[in-house]
Amino acid sequence: MSALLEVEDLKVAFTRRGEPDTVAVDGVSFDVKPGEIVGLVGESGCGKSVTSLAVMRLLPERGNRVAGSIRMDGEDLLGLSDSAMRERRGRDLSMIFQDPLSSLNPVIPVGLQVTEVLTRHRGMKKDAARREAAELLDRVGIPDPTRRLDSYPHQMSGGMRQRALIAIALACTPRLLIADEPTTALDVTIQAQILDLLKQLVAETGTALVMITHDLGVVAGLCDRVNVLYAGRIVERADRHELFRQPRHPYTHGLLGSIPRLDGPPGEDLAAIRGSVNDNLPWASPEGGACAFMPRCPRALEVCAEVTPAAEEAGTRLLRCHNPVPVAEGAE
Amino acid sequence: MSEQADGSAPALLEVEDLAVHFPITQGVFRARTVGHVYAVDGVSLTVRRGETYGLVGESGCGKSTLGRAILKLTEPTRGQVRFDGQDIAGLKGEELRRRRRRFQMVFQDPMSSLDPRQSVESLLAEGMKAHGLSQGPEVDRKRLQELVDAVGLPKGALRRYPHEFSGGQRQRIGIARALCVEPDLIVADEPVSALDVSVQAQVLNLLSRLQRELGLTYLVIAHDLAVVRHVSDRVGVMYLGGIVEEAPSTDLYADPQHPYTRALMSAVPLPDPEAEDRRERILLAGDLPSPAAPPSGCRFHTRCPWKQAERCDTERPDLRQLEGAAAGHRVACHWAEQIRDGRIRPHHVDADMVDEAANLAVGTPEHAGSVTEILGR
Repeated sequence: MSALLEVEDLKVAFTRRGEPDTVAVDGVSFDVKPGEIVGLVGESGCGKSVTSLAVMRLLPERGNRVAGSIRMDGEDLLGLSDSAMRERRGRDLSMIFQDPLSSLNPVIPVGLQVTEVLTRHRGMKKDAARREAAELLDRVGIPDPTRRLDSYPHQMSGGMRQRALIAIALACTPRLLIADEPTTALDVTIQAQILDLLKQLVAETGTALVMITHDLGVVAGLCDRVNVLYAGRIVERADRHELFRQPRHPYTHGLLGSIPRLDGPPGEDLAAIRGSVNDNLPWASPEGGACAFMPRCPRALEVCAEVTPAAEEAGTRLLRCHNPVPVAEGAE
Repeated sequence: MSEQADGSAPALLEVEDLAVHFPITQGVFRARTVGHVYAVDGVSLTVRRGETYGLVGESGCGKSTLGRAILKLTEPTRGQVRFDGQDIAGLKGEELRRRRRRFQMVFQDPMSSLDPRQSVESLLAEGMKAHGLSQGPEVDRKRLQELVDAVGLPKGALRRYPHEFSGGQRQRIGIARALCVEPDLIVADEPVSALDVSVQAQVLNLLSRLQRELGLTYLVIAHDLAVVRHVSDRVGVMYLGGIVEEAPSTDLYADPQHPYTRALMSAVPLPDPEAEDRRERILLAGDLPSPAAPPSGCRFHTRCPWKQAERCDTERPDLRQLEGAAAGHRVACHWAEQIRDGRIRPHHVDADMVDEAANLAVGTPEHAGSVTEILGR
């Protein structure tokens, strides 16, 4: 199956006069097939949210440089005019943000925020749009949807607001949905409801989903393929079963070891990754290259401080490491 | 988690029927109380010397308020807090201040709980001076340097300021600040929730190492069940101001007995696709009811898939030990035995819409516009 979205060598740098550029995304390539759920996982500052904003073309106009290509159905989104992009946003691709309170307009009833998309992109009349909006709210599991159309965001709970946001994103049945930490602000029981809803909607509508999260647990239950980002580059990509059974990059491996497991034995020390992202080396510098993770890596070799590891693909797995974790016997 | 925390260790902290009710007031010049938020409503727990007690629950369940009330940072409405046998709920002023040396707190947000204009040395020395532990600048500096090394901060950290550190390091400063007055009990409110996973593991390891070395007692408050279960010897699960289940941490996962614990447990995502595909989710319908108008009877009955026609909505269940369960495993559910044996089957629950604004006892004024009315909310 050909890809719906192809991101190739995406680079985003934030510029400030008199200061060196901050490279947030440094050559990220991945693709999303129709109906597929792809995860972008990483810790804060790894560039996962900036990647999603770049795909939606929601980065501020000034102060950044975007290079590479983002193709949807073969058409480069970066080359579209602003008005053409506006047409596609909401209709072909839409986004769910982390914090539903700050992404909904607080002084407009929720219903109006849903119908806005319908009248704008699907040319619906007011009454029809209102009926459709009620149906959408019903579909995302908001009880008493017709009455809820007139509620303001502050009258709803966090979980309900996130549902309303999902309803807005789905109003035009987009083929691609980007969810940026959609459950991070929610309690676990509500998170379970929302993840369940997303899974069900993706199965029903055939929408492709890019799931951006820091939580490997969320990825394990949801995504078909997982990209692990570190310092702006994809360091490992694999099918979810493969990735969790046999993480090869020391970072992925360390990340999995750092999580206290609900089903594991309590009380044992966790295998923490030492240091913090502040210790990172630049991937590329005038003196040559390095592996950004090297200072924190338990498997670092001398070569890691001298040569930038290339992304190597083997089967469905992509790996960027000089000294990957060996494959355990009988695991693959 | 510590080794010496068996059932025989003496109790360090005993909380009995503690309640914190925040008044909801209306009116500007003469505030009238029109209702209460029942943040904590009758909690009893015992923390033994050298153990870690974990409190877990979702936002709004009252876990943080409980932690603050135990340290008397919030005035409890009723109930007793006995620390080392002495009631501290009645202490005031200088006496309370002196007692506070022995129970310290580590806060969630390491940035806002450290004064940005104080160097690390002055932050740490402040507590020592206030409690008369200072032994002159030379000795103090040596001791602080040891402390800073013990929590794993870099050399020269004492002269630097909070903004120069990363989130994980700031949390280490917060821990060092709590430790510098040599407390017995540390209440840690969401100590790792602001941190990235890889750094989170470092801080959790640090907490357990310090406990082993210094014989500390912890009360850890967090929303993340996996974190709480990992660090704690015993875990209390809170729902709407009350503890619904209390168990040794190994038993809690192996044998959850309260319907809420079961749902919570099944909602925590596991970083393991095979386990994720296999397990059965208990999805709770709807949202947490408002603590200003808690449901009658069992607080959980509005969302409980095992709710029965009798008792659940009329009679508030007490924490009790089930037959056949491990010692110290207590649950507040009328029907726990029947649920465990499968004699009661779960049923479908319709989500009740929780109106965030309207179910505060005072909602939006009928005719918005009057400043008095709006301010009076």
